Amino acid sequence: MAEESNNLPSVTYTLEREHLHQLFDVLTGKGYRLLGPAVRDGAIVYDELTAPSDLPVGWTDEQDGGRYRLKKRADDAVFGFVVGPHSWKKFLHPPALRLWQLRREGDGFTVIQEEAESPKYAFIGVRACELHAIAIQDKVFLESKYIDPMYKIRREGCFIVAVNCGQAGGTCFCVSMNTGPRATSGFDLALTEAMEGERHYFVVEVGSPAGADALSEISHRESQADEETTAERIVADTARQMGREMDATGIKELLYRNYEHPRWNDVASRCLTCANCTMVCPTCFCATVEDVTDLAGDTAERWRKWDSCFTLDFSYVHGGSVRATTKDRYRQWMTHKLATWFDQFGSSGCVGCGRCITWCPVAIDITEEVRAIRETESKKDSAGD
Amino acid sequence: MAKRKPKLAVWKFASCDGCQLSLLDCEDELMAVADTVEIANFLEASRRVTKGPYDLSLVEGSITTPHDAERIRQVRRLSKYLVTIGACATSGGIQALRNFKDVKDFIRIVYATPDYISTLDKSTAISEHVKVDFELRGCPINKRQLLEVISAFLGGRRPNTPAHSVCVECKLRGTVCVMVAHGTPCLGPVTHAGCGAICPAYARGCYGCFGPMETPNTASLSDWLIGLGASEGEIARTFHGFNAWADEFRQAGDLNEKKQDDQS
Ligand code: SF4
Ligand code: SF4
Ligand code: SF4
Ligand code: SF4
Repeated sequence: MAEESNNLPSVTYTLEREHLHQLFDVLTGKGYRLLGPAVRDGAIVYDELTAPSDLPVGWTDEQDGGRYRLKKRADDAVFGFVVGPHSWKKFLHPPALRLWQLRREGDGFTVIQEEAESPKYAFIGVRACELHAIAIQDKVFLESKYIDPMYKIRREGCFIVAVNCGQAGGTCFCVSMNTGPRATSGFDLALTEAMEGERHYFVVEVGSPAGADALSEISHRESQADEETTAERIVADTARQMGREMDATGIKELLYRNYEHPRWNDVASRCLTCANCTMVCPTCFCATVEDVTDLAGDTAERWRKWDSCFTLDFSYVHGGSVRATTKDRYRQWMTHKLATWFDQFGSSGCVGCGRCITWCPVAIDITEEVRAIRETESKKDSAGD
Repeated sequence: MAKRKPKLAVWKFASCDGCQLSLLDCEDELMAVADTVEIANFLEASRRVTKGPYDLSLVEGSITTPHDAERIRQVRRLSKYLVTIGACATSGGIQALRNFKDVKDFIRIVYATPDYISTLDKSTAISEHVKVDFELRGCPINKRQLLEVISAFLGGRRPNTPAHSVCVECKLRGTVCVMVAHGTPCLGPVTHAGCGAICPAYARGCYGCFGPMETPNTASLSDWLIGLGASEGEIARTFHGFNAWADEFRQAGDLNEKKQDDQS
């Protein structure tokens, strides 16, 4: 697992585009299962990879509220897009997972536990906001009194190749949330892709001994000063292109002060309670547990499945759901992301990836909702209220 | 002493038989079903009928004739636990489109001798006639869900048939949203889960065959579909489909129809 370090490494290395496949070969040789971005069904999703040619070379995405379009680029950039509908949580915290089985035997039964071997994932192309999201889920699953063994087994031994974003998406706001676009920690290797005239290369930072070890087996050299400057410039340009912005100052208090704000009714009139936002959010961790039995009654299985605070079952207690209205549920989602998360886990639950905005079928925009609440407050203030 | 096997009966009302076929379609599991329950009345599968009462009745189809309105009461009397299967039985089915017009007009057009036809002016769900213990959605139902309902009944537990949106199923299987990524109109956000999000997985929008989800916001979705380029008439026809007579879909269709009329 990548080690935490907030210091930017002083030395960077250059990896030529034509040698990128060596990274794939070396990681495959070390027994990793490579996962990363690939084009499927009109979007860039996370899938199994075998070679750099599986990556979305020459593709990009256009994103806005409730809208995503895959587009051809004018160049052959390998990572010339931002985050899509999937996040790494689909591997670390799978959408549906059998926890155990029971099998009837005579008058008793036996418990069959699920496999306990690390799948040895190598994630290729993890963005800065996503590193933060993984760190947040680490906190949820690994750093409390109750450790989630299913998450732990997948997370441990995970190799992370981060990518500093070369462009921002239409719904990105990592700069507002202080989570990007530069990867600062939580990776083994971090790449910045540069294309200048005929040249196409990656500036590589090493984030861990495992990263250094992998890099040592790949053709590379120390970067020249101009390559480093180019990489710096690329990330700085990205930071200026954010499609969205959110003023996060005092956000927790802002929302706590506004539990009864009329804006909740307004958003409730638009919200479909479809749960897409929570499903695509890389930090949302909620799951439900389902017990199933077979026809003969000889085996029972317990499954864990992603759940969402937008469903009625989520807050069902004897006799009914606590959050019966759409307003209750949208407010729960947004205040959890931006307020109660601080009290629960010591950070924001939102990393500014923009997925909930793009993949909301009716374009509900968390940054807009915050703005609407903040603006009425500042109007009240200026009216001397 | 061996425990008596629960008796299962399958009943058909106004329907296409597709939902019953889902049970026959459980090829691999059918033997297990036959092992655990006595299939006492299932004409689609066997002419052998064992007399009631029955422990579990699966009812397919809607009520469209005075005769059926009487027959469903008998079925209820004979059944300990009554489960409706499919859109016809739970909301009146596609044949509930008659409910929006005068059924006599249809009869005149379709039948040479309309006098021989004895029918009700509305096609209605079983629950409008008798008490229903559980409703399984779908047009047709999903066979995994059917087995789940039977297993749950046998195990004395509640079936796992979540009432949230189809979107959740899309996301669980990793399907790319067809509405967001392709601009294809989709009823998934207001539709009850259960199919496993088949249509979006084949790059088509959801048709709403499982009927309204637990808290469907049809007004907001309709507004959005207009933005995607659909007309009010098209939206009305989409809601007035297999589950046209389910309250929320009926109202959403009516509202869009009214908007369309107001415009013309
Ligand atoms: S709340 Fe939205 S923008 Fe924030 S991390 Fe989740 S999906 Fe991304
Ligand atoms: S926002 Fe909702 S689904 Fe996401 S973590 Fe919080 S309670 Fe769970
Ligand atoms: S905010 Fe959007 S994605 Fe989230 S539940 Fe509401 S409509 Fe669905
Ligand atoms: S394709 Fe349809 S059902 Fe699937 S997430 Fe999108 S809107 Fe929902």
